[in-house]
Amino acid sequence: MINQKVFFQGLKSLKGSRSPAIPLAACFIALGALLKDAGFNLQQSAASSLFTYALPGQLVMAESLLVGASLINIFLAVWLVNFRLYPMTVSLFPLLKHKSQPKWKYYLSCHFLAVSSWLIAKDTYKKINIKHRIDFWIGIGIGTWTTAVTTTILGYLAADYLNKDVMIGLAIVNPVYFFCMMIGAMNNLKMIISVVGGVLLGPIFFIISAEWAILYAGLIAGTVAYIAGGKNGFK
Amino acid sequence: MDLNNIIVLAIIVTSLATFSSRFLGAITSEKVSVRSKVFQWFNYVAYSTLAALLGRMIIFPAGVLAASDLIVRLIVLIICIAIFIFFKKNLALPTIFSAILLSLLTYLV
Repeated sequence: MINQKVFFQGLKSLKGSRSPAIPLAACFIALGALLKDAGFNLQQSAASSLFTYALPGQLVMAESLLVGASLINIFLAVWLVNFRLYPMTVSLFPLLKHKSQPKWKYYLSCHFLAVSSWLIAKDTYKKINIKHRIDFWIGIGIGTWTTAVTTTILGYLAADYLNKDVMIGLAIVNPVYFFCMMIGAMNNLKMIISVVGGVLLGPIFFIISAEWAILYAGLIAGTVAYIAGGKNGFK
Repeated sequence: MDLNNIIVLAIIVTSLATFSSRFLGAITSEKVSVRSKVFQWFNYVAYSTLAALLGRMIIFPAGVLAASDLIVRLIVLIICIAIFIFFKKNLALPTIFSAILLSLLTYLV
């Protein structure tokens, strides 16, 4: 079963100055309002965050619906934009792995993998005994996931009271938070190459191919960082 | 098909497309050791992919952020990163300030 003490330690990562709760809330409030504009009802908006819980993919879905894209096109577009979750999972879950833990915990809790939860877990996993890291992760995941769903509902309900300038302000919070977290993680040459390379190549490749830009940029910058940085330090 | 049904199907399709990457990652992780070179490579690819997404979100944003000017977004980002570094990596200050600053600048421009 779940170690409650460690689970609550994970849940508590939503508190404090490094908390992802504020940026997460800001962007999902904006998303809730956007989904209302796109014609979603309250239940559909909540279900979107409950079952998808990946902001870029949800934005792609809403925008694709507005332009009348087919379901196959939506699937492909979302799959491409959210495929980043694959390397993110592979770069986190081995750190949480312990032979005493049942596999279902890993299979179910992978749903909680999003940028905010991933960055927090990468930042703090070393403080937790390896045997209970998966419970710590579930605590982080439940906290961030619940925040996303409740603030989507809040954004939907508040949509009529949020003007465009406020919505724009809320939408920048998440990228700024992620940028700061990434800069905080740049503690060796490989990480610097990895992050700077990704930031530069992402928009450049977007001009060539909007769908494949993130995957190509990540693959190239990450591989260059791996090869170029020498032997020292990985996190 | 009416809009409600299309939206429900779109949510299902989006959820499946998203969960497949996560689940595939969880399955692959079973065979990857923390000490392996493959793990290190995945680690850098993950950070780069995330960085690429962030670069795209600022330069070519989707959603409401697209209504703001690129130069304004860049100014806000640079100021907020400077605040983050100046205040010993405090995350709350730059994130809250970013919302206020971008709203204000977008209103004024």
